[in-house]
Amino acid sequence: MSEILRVNPIACTAHGMCAELLPEIIRLDPWGYPIVAPGELDEELLSVARRAVASCPTLALVLEKRRD
Amino acid sequence: MTVAVMTRPLARQARLPRLLAGPGGGRPIGLLDHERLHGQLPLPAARGQRESADRLIDLIERSGLTGRGGAGFPTGRKLRSVAAGRGRAVVIANGSEGEPASAKDRLLLSRSPHLVLDGVSLAAFATGANRAFLVMHGRDRRLAARLEAAVEARVAAGIDPVQIEIAGIPDRYVSSEQSAIVQYLNGGPAVPTFSPPRTHERGFAGRPTLVNNVETLAHIALIARHGDRWFRSAGVPEAAGTMLVTVDGAVARPGVYEIELGTPLGAVLLTAGGPTERLQAVLTGGYFGTWLPVSIAWQLPLTHRDVRAVGGALGAGIIVALPDSSCGLAETARVARYLAGETAGQCGPCVFGLPALADGLADLAYQGQARVASQVSALAGLVEGRGACKHPDGVAQLVRSALTAFRADVEWHQLHGPCYGIRRSPILPIPGDMADW
Repeated sequence: MSEILRVNPIACTAHGMCAELLPEIIRLDPWGYPIVAPGELDEELLSVARRAVASCPTLALVLEKRRD
Repeated sequence: MTVAVMTRPLARQARLPRLLAGPGGGRPIGLLDHERLHGQLPLPAARGQRESADRLIDLIERSGLTGRGGAGFPTGRKLRSVAAGRGRAVVIANGSEGEPASAKDRLLLSRSPHLVLDGVSLAAFATGANRAFLVMHGRDRRLAARLEAAVEARVAAGIDPVQIEIAGIPDRYVSSEQSAIVQYLNGGPAVPTFSPPRTHERGFAGRPTLVNNVETLAHIALIARHGDRWFRSAGVPEAAGTMLVTVDGAVARPGVYEIELGTPLGAVLLTAGGPTERLQAVLTGGYFGTWLPVSIAWQLPLTHRDVRAVGGALGAGIIVALPDSSCGLAETARVARYLAGETAGQCGPCVFGLPALADGLADLAYQGQARVASQVSALAGLVEGRGACKHPDGVAQLVRSALTAFRADVEWHQLHGPCYGIRRSPILPIPGDMADW
């Protein structure tokens, strides 16, 4: 079981909080919306990722379990 | 004296048309004529329902039928997963055809409504559904009235175990997307939603929901009558049956045609009267599709796999022939502008990215600045996969294919400015455009 980070693009309003907390895998596009690096999340980023998910003002960031 | 009789197997030739069978002239086929033409709806008795429903799904699976709405997903598999879902299933027939260049669903619904309605009832039976909808454009009042009348005739004759509800959705490009339809029927706006939940798991009223294109359902109506072998007697082994295509552009007789899957694209253009001018490229798959140079397109067998193999998309069978005298970049720029305006306005990358993409392409087509092509290409990469639905992906694919198929034009435009082609009247239809009238 691995986890991936996804943005709900409908909920996202480009606060940019996630990119500040997780610059390792999230960058912002020219309009301020997050681009998440593809692939599953590294073990060591998991706790920061959870914090980013919790602190998104519009709850647009989601951690999803993927069955391998 | 003996006479040698040469025997050789007859070339296998399926009888066409199937979906468009019946008298010509495009008049709607009423219930009596429909039953005379195709026979009655072969709905198994309600006894032992689950087993006979499973047999019907097996039959459809064996036929090799795939969705005719564009994605080409195996229909039997979809039926099975909805039938196995948690809760009572719901069936939605999608006849809302958002593509301006497509006319096949509207034609099928106008001409053979009962074939589609038969398919809805069969799909409802197969999945055990107790609600069934037929969704079409709400603005098309005449078609809606005809479909209501067709349903009433079936109610009077006691044909459908589940009464089919006709629903009109707003006339927008993204409204025909399946999550948009489901959200609309659930009382929300007709715009796509974020998934999960997936429609086939939790759709209408949170129930497992089958959304099928109306053409797919019409094929089910024929497969239930004639069997899976009959269905496969048209088409090629890896892509069975017939499909409806809408042919437009520089051909003598644009319109909707029923073809066997695997037919070379050039043969389809000849069926539509042949090119009226020298062609440079063909748009396959509609406005989320791809431009293919005519040298590649002409011999190309029309199956999802073959078209994908050359980087294209078969989609819902839209084929537009672009003459040499047109500017492919200008054509694409107009469509990109239209599609940018058709965003549901929900996702930032689509809201901001598509207008930027359309601007860039318009600059390339009408101004012809240097380096603008690489900027357009970068923008296409930036919007791809970043919406809740495939709207930005579709636009990106179209734009990128234009940069490839019209590579020589790209260079010309960057070096010398716009070509003569931009003076020609547009080929690709856009709703509300004066060119349509």
